[in-house]
Amino acid sequence: MTAKQQYKRPNAVLEFFGRMTKAFSAKLGVILFVIIVLVCLIGPFFSPYDVNGIDLINMFKGPSKAHLLGCDEMGRDIFTRLMYGGRYSLALGLCSSLFGAAVGVIIGSVAGFFGGKIETFLMRLMDVWAALPGMLLCILVSNVMGSGFFSTVLALTVGGIPGTVRMIRGQILTERSKEYIEAAQSINCSSFSIMFRHLLPNVIQPVIVTTTMGIGSTMIMAASLSYIGLGIQPPNPEWGAMLATGKTQIRTYPHMLLVPGIAIALTVFAINLMGDGIRDALDPKLRD
Amino acid sequence: MSRYVIKRLLLTVVILWCAGFVVFTLTYLVPGDVAKILLGPEATEDVLVIKRAALGLDQPYLVQLGRFMYNTFIRFDFGDSWVFSSSVMAELLERIPRTLIIGLSGMIINVSIGTILGIIAATHEGKWQDSFVMVIAMVFVSAPDFFVALLLILLFSLKLGWLPAYGIDSWTGYILPIISSSLGAIAVNARQSRSSMLEVIRADFVTTARAKGQKESVITRKHMLPNAMMPIITGVGGGLAVMIAGSPVIESVFSIPGVGAYLLSGVNQHDYPVVWACVIFLALFTSFAILIMDLCYAFLDPRIKAQYSRGKKVKG
Repeated sequence: MTAKQQYKRPNAVLEFFGRMTKAFSAKLGVILFVIIVLVCLIGPFFSPYDVNGIDLINMFKGPSKAHLLGCDEMGRDIFTRLMYGGRYSLALGLCSSLFGAAVGVIIGSVAGFFGGKIETFLMRLMDVWAALPGMLLCILVSNVMGSGFFSTVLALTVGGIPGTVRMIRGQILTERSKEYIEAAQSINCSSFSIMFRHLLPNVIQPVIVTTTMGIGSTMIMAASLSYIGLGIQPPNPEWGAMLATGKTQIRTYPHMLLVPGIAIALTVFAINLMGDGIRDALDPKLRD
Repeated sequence: MSRYVIKRLLLTVVILWCAGFVVFTLTYLVPGDVAKILLGPEATEDVLVIKRAALGLDQPYLVQLGRFMYNTFIRFDFGDSWVFSSSVMAELLERIPRTLIIGLSGMIINVSIGTILGIIAATHEGKWQDSFVMVIAMVFVSAPDFFVALLLILLFSLKLGWLPAYGIDSWTGYILPIISSSLGAIAVNARQSRSSMLEVIRADFVTTARAKGQKESVITRKHMLPNAMMPIITGVGGGLAVMIAGSPVIESVFSIPGVGAYLLSGVNQHDYPVVWACVIFLALFTSFAILIMDLCYAFLDPRIKAQYSRGKKVKG
């Protein structure tokens, strides 16, 4: 008994984090991501420039001591705009992925748990939904909803839902027949409680991995959307919108294009490295 | 087998109907008076009324929807463009080959290069070849395709002057669009191929083949690859669908008059017959890509084939 009392259960979150950052690439991803988030959140308070402050003397100026990454076509400081834009891009990526995952998990659990006609109906609905590729739905919904932040989140969300639903349902189908579900049913647990307290924790792992990886691809989609003139609109400094303005100056001032593009790529790179780390940490086959 | 194909084709038809319904409803919900947008702010009320009647916009939603479904799926006619008054179908047919050239050549490059890179990485697991391929793949998974496209333009068109930056006046105009739209898919495919090869690389049948003294190259080709093929096919089919759906972006970067660029111009000018036609074509293409993918499964995996030939399917 004493031996059992002395044994201290390791903190699950800390243990997971330790396992995740064991690989160098995942460690790099976490460090990069934290730096990017901190710079975007805190950086603007230290910037001497206004995000939309026009300064025509410094138009198209290259990188210098005063303007670390140069100035754009209205003389606005690109580094300041990059930090503000990062807030948009990161928030868009995070909100859309989480919202999409939540909706997908709810529909998928309902379909997988109840089965029968409800399942057939929901899954056929998903077939139709998935027949329109994500980017197209995104363009169409964004066209209907207009260009605000929340409309863009909604537009970015719709494309990813069928994938999550199918995955969750598939997972639930394999779990549904296991003994602990039968045990829960036999002690008169409500469907709701079985679904969310017993089933969900056992099927959520692949969702966590795909949602993390999804943040990166959603950020790319958000950037593509503002690049083709939908989604977040100028003069708001979203990274894709900055890239679109930069494209017009590609012959003369390539720094306007390179800076936001590299920012997107670097952020998505960091998120994907983290996603790989999470996948390896959650995969029981790879556990020591 | 043929029963299955017929069933899937019927399902595709139903899915297209639903896609038509969805795209029509979404364009119907776009706020703003289309007649006013098309004719400009100076148009008088009389002219607007005539225009609305000509486009059928004065009818209730269900009548408009019914007419759209009838014209599209029974008569296969998308009508005339609201902005240019020319036939949408003719314009679409002219543009489809351009989008398909980019998508299909991208897919062929993807299958050949991406899969081979993944196999090389898996068979050299932990060595420098593996790390090298995986780092490069991670970079291209993370970089947005239109940014890669702009970088390629910057390097090959503006600095070196080897390839045209936009347009398709000659075949060289297709090179950059194909490369930039397929790089991301190649990277995804290389990662997928590597991980599905790693799943089978330690399987017992591989050890058996090796114990028999079989050559490594034959083991890779005949024993490992067929068993690792399923997720790779899914990835390639999905990659093609993503590439085709991403065509609006790539085509707008390179100013290519393809289906994607047509869709975008339709969206921007509120030219809805164009939007309907493009979306239905792209949905049709995606459905066929997925159908062919599913048939490939059955063709490649004798276990699935056996299920179909007995006339019963275990999982829908």
